[in-house]
Amino acid sequence: MHPILIIVFAPLLAALIAGLGNRMIGNVAAKSVTTGALFLSAGLSWPIFLGFLGGSESPEVVQVLKWVESGTLTFDWALRVDTLTAIMLVVINTVAAFVHLYSWGYMEEDPDQPRFFAYLSLFTFAMLMLVTADNLVQMFFGWEGVGLASYLLIGFWFKKPSAGAAAIKAFVVNRVGDLGFMLGIFGTYLVFQTTSIPEILAAAPAMSGSTITFVGMRLYTMDILCILLFIGAMGKSAQLGLHTWLPDAMEGPTPVSALIHAATMVTAGVFMLCRLSPMFETAPTALTIVTIVGAATCFFAATIGTTQWDIKRVIAYSTCSQLGYMFFAAGVGAYGAAMFHLFTHAFFKALLFLGAGSVNHAMHHEQDMRYYGGLRKAIPFTFYAMLAGTLAITGLGVYHLGVGFAGFWSKDAILEVAFARGNGAGQFAFWAGAFAALLTSFYSWRLMFLTFWGKPRWIESEHIQHAVHKTPAQAGEDTTGGYHPHESPVSMLIPLGLLAIGAVAAGQVFAPKFLDSAAFWAGSIFYNEQLIHAMHAVPYWVKYTAFIAMIVGFAGAYLAYIARPDIPARFVATFGALHNFVYRKWYFDELYDAIFVKPAFWLGRQFWKLGDIGTIDRFGPNGIAWVVERSSVAAKSLQSGYLYSYALIMLLGLVAAVTYVLL
Amino acid sequence: MDGLPILSLMMLAPLAGALACLFTGANTARWIALGATLVTLALGIALWSNYQIGGAQWQFTERADLFAGFAWALGIDGIALMLIMLSVFLMPICILASWSSVQKRVGEYMAAFLFMEVLMIGTFAAQDLFLFYVFFEAGLIPMYLIIGVWGGDNRIYASYKFFLYTLFGSVLMLIAMFWMVAEAGTSDIPTLMQYSFPPAAQTWLWLAFFASFAVKVPMWPFHTWLPDAHVQAPTAGSVILAGVLLKLGGYGFIRFSLPMFPEASAELAWLVYTLSMIAVVYTSLVALVQADMKKLIAYSSVAHMAIVTVGLFAFNVQGLEGAMIVMLSHGLVSAALFLCVGVIYDRLHTREIARYGGLAINMPNYALFFLLFTMASIGLPGTSGFVGEFLSLAGIYQTSSLVALICTTGIITGAAYMLYLYRRVAFGGHTNADAAAMPDISPREWAMMAPIAAAVLWMGVYPESFLAPVRADIAVLDARLAAAAPASDSALMAGAPRAEAANAMPHGENAEHSSGQSANGETKSAKEGAH
Repeated sequence: MHPILIIVFAPLLAALIAGLGNRMIGNVAAKSVTTGALFLSAGLSWPIFLGFLGGSESPEVVQVLKWVESGTLTFDWALRVDTLTAIMLVVINTVAAFVHLYSWGYMEEDPDQPRFFAYLSLFTFAMLMLVTADNLVQMFFGWEGVGLASYLLIGFWFKKPSAGAAAIKAFVVNRVGDLGFMLGIFGTYLVFQTTSIPEILAAAPAMSGSTITFVGMRLYTMDILCILLFIGAMGKSAQLGLHTWLPDAMEGPTPVSALIHAATMVTAGVFMLCRLSPMFETAPTALTIVTIVGAATCFFAATIGTTQWDIKRVIAYSTCSQLGYMFFAAGVGAYGAAMFHLFTHAFFKALLFLGAGSVNHAMHHEQDMRYYGGLRKAIPFTFYAMLAGTLAITGLGVYHLGVGFAGFWSKDAILEVAFARGNGAGQFAFWAGAFAALLTSFYSWRLMFLTFWGKPRWIESEHIQHAVHKTPAQAGEDTTGGYHPHESPVSMLIPLGLLAIGAVAAGQVFAPKFLDSAAFWAGSIFYNEQLIHAMHAVPYWVKYTAFIAMIVGFAGAYLAYIARPDIPARFVATFGALHNFVYRKWYFDELYDAIFVKPAFWLGRQFWKLGDIGTIDRFGPNGIAWVVERSSVAAKSLQSGYLYSYALIMLLGLVAAVTYVLL
Repeated sequence: MDGLPILSLMMLAPLAGALACLFTGANTARWIALGATLVTLALGIALWSNYQIGGAQWQFTERADLFAGFAWALGIDGIALMLIMLSVFLMPICILASWSSVQKRVGEYMAAFLFMEVLMIGTFAAQDLFLFYVFFEAGLIPMYLIIGVWGGDNRIYASYKFFLYTLFGSVLMLIAMFWMVAEAGTSDIPTLMQYSFPPAAQTWLWLAFFASFAVKVPMWPFHTWLPDAHVQAPTAGSVILAGVLLKLGGYGFIRFSLPMFPEASAELAWLVYTLSMIAVVYTSLVALVQADMKKLIAYSSVAHMAIVTVGLFAFNVQGLEGAMIVMLSHGLVSAALFLCVGVIYDRLHTREIARYGGLAINMPNYALFFLLFTMASIGLPGTSGFVGEFLSLAGIYQTSSLVALICTTGIITGAAYMLYLYRRVAFGGHTNADAAAMPDISPREWAMMAPIAAAVLWMGVYPESFLAPVRADIAVLDARLAAAAPASDSALMAGAPRAEAANAMPHGENAEHSSGQSANGETKSAKEGAH
């Protein structure tokens, strides 16, 4: 049996056992089965990845079962393993295994643990089906499967109304993207008569000059297909316009945010672009759109990240922003760099989320950074882990020394390649990305300074007040309120430590392969050798742009939150409107509510009251009844309301008619 | 099984049961009904397992000439087989669903259901035009009775509406049938399916049949009887109404309108598209604002059945097969959703969504089933809903990308109204003490839900079991429609590859690599639009 079958189906089996067994088998059994399955999958994934790294593995497809055969539209359940899949296998299974382990500690007191672990494993299964897909429809299966798991996990604490609302929002906004994805699949099938990814990629170059009509518009075939598919990617990866669900998704437990809304599911859009990269390469307009949307998201989300107080929301916007980097990397044709950032980001962002979870755990579920402060000494392990994550995301590293944290390698490569691209969209992406790097550094250090430095401000928090049974007034001078944050249990610290290693070293170790080796990718993505040469040849000022942006961002955060803590308040007082605009997330939620949600309900009521009842019924059945009643007394007896008589008359009429004609 | 009139036996078993039920006490009637439907189900399984895939188009044929050319002619193809299986599968579940909720005139109630089963099997199996008509129309009589006698407070209005709409369509269809028989000289359905009616007459005949089938489906704006009928019907009545009776319209299109009047079908496809597009958008939004669970699901049925009609009139294999699977899937899923409503209605006696909430706390198993069927209803891949919807929409996309775009918006609004329903019923905290005290599902309710859940997943993961029997029949129909099929609006035109590569930069060695990759694809030249 091929190991990929175990890797993919062990989490499904574990999810079924934990989910259906639930209280019958108990917490420990459910947790052990799911965590064990994930460690098994992770353990089997690494040899495959290392095999591709060393060149000893070769791509293959394992058939599982026929799925659909309808005329020429056929697709099967099949598992594809190549370099691109292997990268995703280690990312997904490693992070998922750590998150399972972490949840032993984090969810310790939850009454519903088997359900939680079952959902986590179900998610992992769906994500694995997505990345092993050999055809677009199975990819869509995984796509929707992770959407379901995300819905269930965001709504895990379903008793909270906000969790239920966030879960629906995530699903429905994603479905807007799915509309594009589905139409993209239909169009692809129409053009290529197949949904098999290798066949499509092989045939795509020949179609680059063809045109097609889509909803009355005459367009280049490949452009419209890629744009439709990209709309799907925008939904899943929370790109500008379809991003509104991601911050709300933080309603879910923190391990979920780390696994689904940082490391894996939200990167599915990037994965899709890379998987289909030879197809996107035939669609210049689509790629320009990808670049611009990615760059805009990268900048836009970073601005919001600088103003939020909820620690998880800051990291959520950070994720959105980092996904923007991956998209514009793909948009300029550097799919290897996009995948590399996906890879390093998975480690440091999962680390930051799990670190934030550890902080929440220590702070009695308080998530507002205004009530943190001075936690460095209280939870040192968490502090150092998050420090590693922060250094990784801000991209600390020096080009001439050739050393740096994970983000240095991947983010700098993306900025350089965008510059090297040399076209307008690439330039836009470079500058938007550089400015976003500054903001990234600012909000990341703001988070660190507010949380770990300064004086404790804990007693202001209602959660802490509940814990210590004191009001701020009673606590007086002691702003800790006498609260003692304690470090998280070992089950939570081990994942933090291991992910920290990844955040420090993943860039350094893997950069040569991911960025510079066509042999490593082995045709699993479109690899543009010339572009990579151009990337390495950019001027030094470009290579140091990200570094300078990082320093400026750090200095700004240091100034505003350590040296002169009065600056933020004065800034808000001076630029109130600007701050409000950013703090309110550019008013996207309000806008969508006004133009989509409210009108949908309003229209629904109009259609129902005025359409169905007011028009169709009034002039239809009720109208006929009225006419019949008025025009004929004899008919009145028919309107008796007794069904028997209707039925009888109808049957008699039928028999009479048939008899008349036939005889 | 040669020579054994299994179709007649399948009708005889429930008929015998129905007669027995009329003359026994309540409890005996329940057991007789359950037994009779299970025997019929067993015969149905025998029917399916003896059906030769790839064999003759019409199998298990029986023929007895009665008076004046009127014949007892039965026989099935794969399409009829699948719909008969759906009917006999749902029937025992209906009996179980009525086990304790129906206390009034139990014998007659069970008899009505069993009579209906006889007539439904007859409708799908009939090979004589008039025999079909008798079953088709008579099958509605038990339904009138079920709504009118065992229904809710406003049952008379609902059954009256149901009757009026149906009557309107039936009269026109019957007239058209007389004309057809006079023209073709036979009432044999397989013969008529091959007969070429003059194109001018086809339009009128098509419209006459359309009047009847559009009401049954129901298509917008002939749908307003459905929410009222569902709301007033007892749970099992809704299950059969949504599960099987709505499929009579789709079956009518696929058995009569399309093969008998292919030219008219193509000519009037725009009408079907327009009404279907309106239905998807309009009824989905109406479903969003419903406060009554059954009304919400009834409106969602109209939107889902619109996917059936666009699939049928896509004039290609994917559309037709997709429409078949949506019919089967909707038959299972909407039936299951009505059962889900019934389960909590039996406990609290209200269909008002706001009276529930937080059921995931006290009814976790119920919440799980409800979730599965909700997801199947919104077409999550891996459930039956996806396969049908996907094929149907893929089919219509090949004919019209505009219709596909509008109809695919149903996946957004569908998710919105179903998840909004689920949230209000299962999520949230407890707001009503009586809802919070409801016990989780009983073994009897397990027995109703679990088989449907299994079928929904089976159809989602391995739909081949359901596609294989209809494949040959759809291919025959597709071939008959090929000449009339409208051209694709996509009009794919090959062109010389664009000079500018995606990224205006030479791709170097890699370019060779990618062209090597495409070498095997070059044989796959540009396919011109007409697919």
